[in-house]
Amino acid sequence: MSKPAFVFRGLAALALFVSGSVMASGGGMAMESAQVDLSDKGSLQRGAGLYMSYCSACHSLEFQRYSRMAEDIGLTQEQVEKNLMFTDAKFGETMNTGLDAKQATAWMGKAPPDLSLIARRKAEGADWTYNYLKSFYVDESRPTGWNNTVFPGASMPHVLWELQGSQHALTEPKHGNAPCAKGEYQGQCITGFSIPDHKKGSLSAEEFDQVARDITTFLAYVGEPSALKRESIGVWAVLFLALFTLLAYFLNKEYWRDIH
Amino acid sequence: MNIIERSVSNATTWFNERAPGFLPFYKKHMTEYYAPKNFNVWYYFGVLAGIVLVNQIVTGIFLTMNFKPSAAEAFASVEYIMRDVEGGWLIRYMHSTGASLFFVVVYLHMFRAMLYGSYQKPRELVWVLGMLIFLTLMAEAFLGYVLPWGQMSYWGAQVIINLFGAVPVIGPELTEWIRGDYLVSDATLNRFFALHVIALPLVILLLVVLHLGALHEVGSNNPEGIDIKKVKDENGKPLDGIPFHPYYTVHDLFGIGFFLTIAAFILFFAPTFGGLFLEYDNFIPADPMVTPAHIKPVWYFTPYYAMLRAVPDKLLGVMTMGGAVLILFGLPWFDRCKVKSIRYRPMLHKVLITMFAVAFVVLAYLGMQAGSTTQTWIARILTVFYFGFFLTMPIWSAMGKTKEVPARVPDHE
Repeated sequence: MSKPAFVFRGLAALALFVSGSVMASGGGMAMESAQVDLSDKGSLQRGAGLYMSYCSACHSLEFQRYSRMAEDIGLTQEQVEKNLMFTDAKFGETMNTGLDAKQATAWMGKAPPDLSLIARRKAEGADWTYNYLKSFYVDESRPTGWNNTVFPGASMPHVLWELQGSQHALTEPKHGNAPCAKGEYQGQCITGFSIPDHKKGSLSAEEFDQVARDITTFLAYVGEPSALKRESIGVWAVLFLALFTLLAYFLNKEYWRDIH
Repeated sequence: MNIIERSVSNATTWFNERAPGFLPFYKKHMTEYYAPKNFNVWYYFGVLAGIVLVNQIVTGIFLTMNFKPSAAEAFASVEYIMRDVEGGWLIRYMHSTGASLFFVVVYLHMFRAMLYGSYQKPRELVWVLGMLIFLTLMAEAFLGYVLPWGQMSYWGAQVIINLFGAVPVIGPELTEWIRGDYLVSDATLNRFFALHVIALPLVILLLVVLHLGALHEVGSNNPEGIDIKKVKDENGKPLDGIPFHPYYTVHDLFGIGFFLTIAAFILFFAPTFGGLFLEYDNFIPADPMVTPAHIKPVWYFTPYYAMLRAVPDKLLGVMTMGGAVLILFGLPWFDRCKVKSIRYRPMLHKVLITMFAVAFVVLAYLGMQAGSTTQTWIARILTVFYFGFFLTMPIWSAMGKTKEVPARVPDHE
């Protein structure tokens, strides 16, 4: 991301803070920022790899083409075809799953949703995905054995458990009728998670955060592949129009000199 | 005369001989249309509405080249525009941002008329034609919002069309007739597309021509509310008027530049505007089997939506909502004040007009919220105030002591 784009984005964030504060609150919990940086090619490439390995078997990206992804995140056709394409799709086609929607519904009750726009359909944006990926915990009462504080009752199991390990919910008794900030488990409020020593994953907490961030960054990119281009063109468009306005101001002043 | 000057002059003469009405027309509306010299920033919003209208038409034409008006393909075709069409994202954001900015400038344009009494005699026709544009624009915006076929498109359409079901006797048949089906479906999308891209734009363009024509018959009002035609020089030109071209064309150029800078900033750096201009739920394809948790219209309809929800009875609620728009038509006849501009009105008027503006903004906010008991009661009080403001205007607008309006526009600075 170029520097001016950063400044403009800061201004936009300020405007959005104002507009966001008037929007209806979703009543959800506080989200941890994913600190997505769409210009981080490394993160995007790792995210694409992780996505293809862990997510693409069930989830489609029906609007995202392999070719466009390769171009945008800095990979060659050969690299993508060799390492990231697990179906018999062609390079110019969209990244659909091999899973048949009808069969998926029969197996899981509900076909896994398409993730092309997952980063755009929540008020929390891409941060939702990041928090979701980090919030799986063991819950024997669920058919999959997993539950999620960000999306309670999610029908997806924790596919990244080998990396993160198995989180167990830490709970405390409810305070009267007050709702639990992080959701409930067995009638008690969840306060956080712990991973027992014998259920540790292959990654440290920091490493797993990065994994979640990489997948989130990739899905944020997929949500709007033109976002980076939009901002880089935007800097010039705004500066051009500002200059035009300045010239128009002086032209106007010149014309209006004789009007009192 | 050199060869270039001679050929230009010949071409001009050739044209004028064959279109003798053009030059007088141009003069009447541009170089010899005398506008008051004291326009302030509020007077930019008319021309800005025109700019946005052109933007909507031009970008709309390009969008139709790739949009598929079918329930099965509409959502995907919008994403196709966003991803696969060269520059498609820009065109789409120009159209979606333009839609919201249209209402920003139109609301400010209307409020300007309220501040300076621009609807008063002899400009009642200008106001009524403007209100017709506003009404058509609301319909146009609603139809357009349905086209991307996201969840909010679908369920918004469902809610709004069902409002017509409150009409006694023919209600259910009326909603079916509008939808063309028993539920919002492909047939609904098809007809909304037809109405959005051709029928209503034609109506809006016609009304804009009439609105401007009516304005140019009587001339523009100004922040002082002074009738500049009362004081003329020996040639019959208003002493406080200046030719629209070049003075206001160059003036508007600055305003347009400023507006476009802001618009570009939003378009390129915050096109969804935090879910206000493009709602999050509309990134989910329409699903007749899943109702969103919180159905609400886009921000520019929320003041009226808040009034609809404030009334417990459906038919009365619909009448309240419709009445809130229709009552604006009567403004020129409600206002009994001797002076036009707020600058010469008594304190009472200033306070009430300010309260009206605040009430409208708060209603817009309430219309976006889920609607708690407290919020509903605030909306009820403000709805009563909204209607009370207009219905008691014949009384309060005649009250209080107005200031003397000078014959001439005071000098700049």
